[in-house]
Amino acid sequence: MTEADRDYEHYEAVVVGAGPGGAAAAARLADAGVETVVLERGVEAGSKNVSGGLIYAEESAPYTIDELFDGFRENAAERPITEYHLHNVSGNKVKSFDISRLHHHDTEWSDAVLRRPMDSWLAEQVHEKTKEVGGGLLTDIRVNGLLRENGEIIGVTCDEIDPITADIVIAADGVNSELARDAGLMDWDDPEEWFQGVKAVVDVPPEAINERFGVGADEGAAHLFSGDLFEGVRGGGFVYTNEDSLSVGTVFHLDSLAAERAEPHELLDALLTHPFLAEWFGDEYSEREYAAKLVPDSKKVAHGSPHEDRLVLVGDAAGQMQAQGPIIKGMNHAVTAGALAAEAFVEAKNAGDPDAAGENYERKLRESGTMRKLRPRRYKAASAVGENGVATAISDAVLKSPLGSLGVKALERVGALDRLYSSPFMAMMVPDTRTPYVTLPSVIAEELGDPVDGESAVEPPDLADRIGGLAYDTDIGNPHIELLDNSYEASGVAVTACPVSARDFGGGCYREETVKTNGSTEQVVSLDTQPCVECGTCAVIADTDWEHPSGGKGVEFRSG
Amino acid sequence: MDTLTLTKGVPDFREGQVSFDEDGHLERGETPTVMNPNDRFALQAALQTKVRHGGRTSVMSMGPPGYKEVLGEAMESVYADDLYLLSDREMAAADTWATSITLGTAIEKLGLPDLIFAGFKTADGETGHTGLQTCWCLDIPIITHVVALDIEPEKGRVRAKRLVEGDVEEIETVEAPMPAMIVADPEFEPSYRTAGERLTLKDLRAKTSKRGEKYEEYLTVWDHEALNLDPDYIGLDGSPTIVESVDPIPKAPAERDATMVDPGDPDGLEDVLEEMEPFRAELAAGGD
Repeated sequence: MTEADRDYEHYEAVVVGAGPGGAAAAARLADAGVETVVLERGVEAGSKNVSGGLIYAEESAPYTIDELFDGFRENAAERPITEYHLHNVSGNKVKSFDISRLHHHDTEWSDAVLRRPMDSWLAEQVHEKTKEVGGGLLTDIRVNGLLRENGEIIGVTCDEIDPITADIVIAADGVNSELARDAGLMDWDDPEEWFQGVKAVVDVPPEAINERFGVGADEGAAHLFSGDLFEGVRGGGFVYTNEDSLSVGTVFHLDSLAAERAEPHELLDALLTHPFLAEWFGDEYSEREYAAKLVPDSKKVAHGSPHEDRLVLVGDAAGQMQAQGPIIKGMNHAVTAGALAAEAFVEAKNAGDPDAAGENYERKLRESGTMRKLRPRRYKAASAVGENGVATAISDAVLKSPLGSLGVKALERVGALDRLYSSPFMAMMVPDTRTPYVTLPSVIAEELGDPVDGESAVEPPDLADRIGGLAYDTDIGNPHIELLDNSYEASGVAVTACPVSARDFGGGCYREETVKTNGSTEQVVSLDTQPCVECGTCAVIADTDWEHPSGGKGVEFRSG
Repeated sequence: MDTLTLTKGVPDFREGQVSFDEDGHLERGETPTVMNPNDRFALQAALQTKVRHGGRTSVMSMGPPGYKEVLGEAMESVYADDLYLLSDREMAAADTWATSITLGTAIEKLGLPDLIFAGFKTADGETGHTGLQTCWCLDIPIITHVVALDIEPEKGRVRAKRLVEGDVEEIETVEAPMPAMIVADPEFEPSYRTAGERLTLKDLRAKTSKRGEKYEEYLTVWDHEALNLDPDYIGLDGSPTIVESVDPIPKAPAERDATMVDPGDPDGLEDVLEEMEPFRAELAAGGD
């Protein structure tokens, strides 16, 4: 400890963010007797968190969440996912594949979860564990940056409390990590590096779920959708069964969403109102919550060396979100990374060199095979040809031609499509182009699919009602996002890509405005952060100065 | 750092709770008793002191036996180590003078704490005298209208920011030796600027919710004999104040009618605009 440190409150470890990554890190630190404080900006852990909804325990992973937290599955999770289906859609034609084999590959178990109940349960366990070693977990505290001394990171600064120094700072503060950006380890520059997910949690009674999905009370199903549902935007949809609700969502490549000027809530509605899903919702469609989240694409942004001085990044903050084809794994990697970061610090401390924690962590991520999952070599090789525009155009053209249709039929006859969709090896190489997301599924559905009869009676709420249904504690007079360039060229795409904004909608964050000045008209964008769901989309695609709201302020998700 | 907070039960004056008879007199039997709302700020000051410096936190009230529930309410609101109720027929109908003598005696029996907290006037009497007179009985300094508090235990001093003339714009900082009385202003803001303080607060809150349910286990009741007080100097007999009569203040008659308009109803809003039209003309004609 230096002279400067003495003026500050000090803990051996500060963990920023109480999601699964932060919880795993804090639990491991506490188990090793490290005095640890966990700082969470939500009013309760989970109130700022959204996920599609499946958490995995991988057989090959060094840590799983139920090993770290006794009773996790009973107390914090929804239904175990016992079957997994993929549906290719073309108009009202649907061709389905059972991809349970792919789902079960390297999977000890996988449960659907809702983040508010899950994370708040974890936080209780973490508080009890960390309290034992002189620390604890605090909510309503936003860590807003790194504390430095002579240019070196020595702790964190916060909105609500005075700076804290620590021997290790574990940033598990999510996809829009302010600490990762303060350290210069992550940025928001390239839309190609991100996905945007939107989700509706829909009320369905447990018995109805059992009946409509053909599952037992302790079973659940996952369904994925791809094809021509989404106006050619690259991405897909999902439906997961919770105890007494369904998580229905869509995930799109942010660059594609921006380029197509697509409205995320409308794409979600396209899925919700497809006749294939109609019977799952029953007669009364009742939406519990609308939510959105930015998702890092680990293939492109998982940081190979996610540390700097005493700072280490964990989970989404380090881009550790694996999304390849139908495989979507984030929380499990965050758990592994959090536990490895804790392990790395404890070993470094015991060796008398706590500053070696970052290097230790990087090595452990590599040696445990975690980095290889996040940034697969096979993807690198395949994407080199697969994501090239010419290759996409050719494969798209071939697939759409009679030749392509014939090929798809031939593959189906020998059972090759089933095998293809069930292959973990193939899933790792799927390039991020229109071909696997849109063209191939559409052709498959068109050639092989069965038409779904009838119309959907589902009428999803409009955006105004969805925003109206969310809980906010607005930090009046203190907007957390500043629009740096309000020209339409710089920030106009936010009007459509922001999940709580839309063209011709006055109640969202971003609006188009026409300003007449001295005889000329100018197209500009205005921003009102009141309905913000803090997803971070506009940080990437518009010209903003983006921060999280202060502790306890902003949106509060009840399901997440 | 031991503290004592003084609190009082008052009629719940909130709409829907309070009941008046035809002459505008309070119907005491029909109106529930609650903790004096201003006392919450005193309790927050006591809690801040406990969080920052540790020590015992006690709460005291004087009143009929039913006022124990007011102490229970205090217990639910903040962490209290023990509760004291001064209750006895001989203490009944006391004015602020007799109340102060009773409180002062009880505080001496308890042992003078480092700080005594009180709220800024009660919702029923509104005199603001009891705290001052209790200080006079105990011969300790008092700082009123306190909005922020800083204690230096090793120096035995308390430093407080207080509103001058109740104006938020004008704040002075004063210091006093302890023991002292602090009267918390409704603008009092507790402040917890370290993780350690917030963790202690969280811990106390978790315990408070459990203790609040069984507050009677922490309750001590003292009558005049326990305090060794002469009935002639307390209660009605010890009160020099004579209340001649109470005049109800008539409620101002409402001169305006309210009409509800759904903002989504264009016809309704059209009507509103029509109603406002004459005022626009008035403004345009040179109003300011």
